Amino acid sequence: MTINPAQNQAIMTKRIIRKIKSYKRSPLSLILFVLVNLSAIISGGVLLFLIGYILVKGIPNLSLDIFAWEYTSENVSLMPALINTILMTLLSLLIAVPVGVSAAIYLVEYAKRGNKLVKIIGVTAETLSGIPSIVYGLFGMLFFVTALGWGYSFLAGAFTLAIMILPLIMRTTEEALRSVPDSYREGSFGLGAGRLRTIFKIILPPAAPGILAGIILAVGRIVGESAALIYTAGTVAAIPDGLFSSGRTLAVHMYSLSREGLYVGEAYATAVVLLVLVVGINLLSTKIAKKISENGQQK
Amino acid sequence: MQEMQKNKHINNIKEKSMHVVFLIAACMSVVSVVLICVFLFANGLPAIGKIGVFDFLLGQTWKPSNDIYGILPMILGSIYVTAGAIIIGVPLGVLCAVYLARFCPKPIYKILKPGIELMAGIPSVVYGFFGMVVIVPLVRNLFGGSGSSMLTASILLGIMILPTIIGISESALRAVPDSYYEGALALGACHERSVFFTVLPAAKSGIMAGIVLGIGRAIGETMAVIMVAGSQPRMPDGLLKGVRTLTSNIVIEMGYAADLHREALIATAVVLFVFILLINCLFSIIKRRSKQ
Repeated sequence: MTINPAQNQAIMTKRIIRKIKSYKRSPLSLILFVLVNLSAIISGGVLLFLIGYILVKGIPNLSLDIFAWEYTSENVSLMPALINTILMTLLSLLIAVPVGVSAAIYLVEYAKRGNKLVKIIGVTAETLSGIPSIVYGLFGMLFFVTALGWGYSFLAGAFTLAIMILPLIMRTTEEALRSVPDSYREGSFGLGAGRLRTIFKIILPPAAPGILAGIILAVGRIVGESAALIYTAGTVAAIPDGLFSSGRTLAVHMYSLSREGLYVGEAYATAVVLLVLVVGINLLSTKIAKKISENGQQK
Repeated sequence: MQEMQKNKHINNIKEKSMHVVFLIAACMSVVSVVLICVFLFANGLPAIGKIGVFDFLLGQTWKPSNDIYGILPMILGSIYVTAGAIIIGVPLGVLCAVYLARFCPKPIYKILKPGIELMAGIPSVVYGFFGMVVIVPLVRNLFGGSGSSMLTASILLGIMILPTIIGISESALRAVPDSYYEGALALGACHERSVFFTVLPAAKSGIMAGIVLGIGRAIGETMAVIMVAGSQPRMPDGLLKGVRTLTSNIVIEMGYAADLHREALIATAVVLFVFILLINCLFSIIKRRSKQ
């Protein structure tokens, strides 16, 4: 059954003619068809335009000066903010990942089905993921900055972000753990391994890529976050001396630049850097997710 | 023999202690929610009491310098801007989801789907900046005014909630059994009719859940709105006039606020938080219903 190109063409034209005939009979279908295609084109077009516009306008503004080590009012370098972003990401992950992964382990491996506590945890995690970032920022200010007396500090920002990404890490880890087949657990228990050993040696390794994909998504959120950081980590444009001094991340830097309105070129350049970072992080995450699903199909 | 027993004992302790550690970690989300509620309400409610519930919620003037704190302009601002975003984002998003689920050729899907997912990852400051340099001048040139307006904010938010609505609507559409679609085809309906009159109604509650989630996103959005909405603290009066939302009120004034002014801002956050909680409840109710 091979169809040569000419035959294929004939079938296609026949189909198209039939389609046009049916549209003549019911114009509504045609309208719907056009609308659906149009909205897909608009959605894709907006994305393309946004990325294209910022790249075209921003790349000429990427000079070496903008990556200078020091931030001064003449040269609003984004280097300190870039380094702060990396440090902030690491610190928030250091807090959120152990907690989130352990919480997911409890929910999947320890808790009994229908447990009341599990239900409450599920509801609160869902609530957390719906809270807007400015509310997190305000809470961070009230709790970490004021009540605990940390001041505008890196640590306050990191803890605020950690709470913010906690539900994301919990959910992705939970999914990853649940996708590990029960036979692994039964096999391990059958050979006499304890619960802990089963979790760390048998269940976590195959779940690791899924957990990693979730963590990368969380990194994307941290890099793009600004509202939660302005009143927790503050807006000082320098690399902090320690955990208790203030420092702005790239997204906050970008906000300050565009609010001041004096450094439009630099704002474009910062937008390019932010966009490239976020796109890269997203690609990485989808790549890992794809690899997981391919592995799953092979089995 | 004794050593083995000792080992077993140690193992037992390890197991038990790790169990407790995992349990504590699992409770962290509960602790966080409780802490957030306690700190927001404890710091915000007294201010509402001092100002007076009605003066605060229904007062039409916000003048911190005169100690007048009425947040009705911001509440209305948030509602109007969100409504605008829904009017723009929902039809576009749902139709795009229909395209992705039922019309899209595979090669295009492979590009469009990750693109839409990417849209969700773009930081809101970048959206805000894009709005500032593209949509604001566009609105200014087309409709006059300063350009920083309710309309601009609605358009930008409409774009920003697209990925949420598209993602959830698409999975709702895909969850509809193929037999619905095939049945309609067998009865002589064409592809478009089958999709729009059998598949789409069947996915209704899932799509509603997506819209509610989109509303939550739009109300909570902060930085992008500040950058394009003008943010004047007065009653919103027209599509082309500036508007201030609850979220922008907090960020703009928190930097220099003190005493009652500061508490009033925290109370603004309480109002916002209550809005979000209501929307979340609605979301989970709809989601539960769609599961049934």
